[in-house]
Amino acid sequence: MGSETTTPPTIDDAFLAGLRSDMLRFAQLQLRDAAAAEDAVQEALVGALSNAKGFAGRSEVKTWVFTILRNKIVDHIRLQSRTTNVSSLSPEEASLDEAFDTLFQDNRHWTSQSRPRDWGSPEAALRQQDFWHVFEACLTHLPDNTARVFMMREFLEFETPEVCKELGITVSNCNVILHRARNALRRCLERGWFAAGEPAC
Amino acid sequence: MLKCKEITHLLSEAQDRELSVTEKLPLRMHLLMCQGCRNFKKQMAFLREASRSYTSDRKDTEK
Repeated sequence: MGSETTTPPTIDDAFLAGLRSDMLRFAQLQLRDAAAAEDAVQEALVGALSNAKGFAGRSEVKTWVFTILRNKIVDHIRLQSRTTNVSSLSPEEASLDEAFDTLFQDNRHWTSQSRPRDWGSPEAALRQQDFWHVFEACLTHLPDNTARVFMMREFLEFETPEVCKELGITVSNCNVILHRARNALRRCLERGWFAAGEPAC
Repeated sequence: MLKCKEITHLLSEAQDRELSVTEKLPLRMHLLMCQGCRNFKKQMAFLREASRSYTSDRKDTEK
């Protein structure tokens, strides 16, 4: 403790400003409420930076701050779930379900236009900044409850039964919502990136 | 017999739980014959990978 041999992280204003804006985007995507996102970020930053001296570098600070932010987001989702009925179907959700139905012929096979494409080696996209803009836009387009369930599962890494429990919905409902989210996202990424986004060679 | 539409539900659930033997076998049979659903399966895996990567690696990128 208190060793002076390692260089302390330079937590300057520019670093903080960048960090804060990353955190805000992350919180906003999940909470879909600007004021709540702002609060969560503020609390997480204050909580984390009060002992930032113990960290070896910026990336460690970042990881720690995001860990705290996740907890704040979870707290907030728990509160939200008491007042929202996650299982009720909004018009946007109903229209996603209708769109899904149109992907299939009467015999429940894909129609020829809607058959999922081969995305090649999609991992390459993960290194491209533009891909992340498309990804964020696709997440933003998801209906609120659909997005909330998906992000609890995939971003906050809850197991599915925990997601259901937190949100007060049945497992089968949870499965339906996750399927809706995943299908909407893959179609959005296909349109926005894998079919259109990449420059032709 | 399971068709593509039901297969997409199984492939989504496979991201959340271990499928039972009685689900796995018909799924495998279907995937052998169906390129569309094989692609769907890969896309599901990619969504997981992208989400994990969004919450970890990405934060190391500059600006």
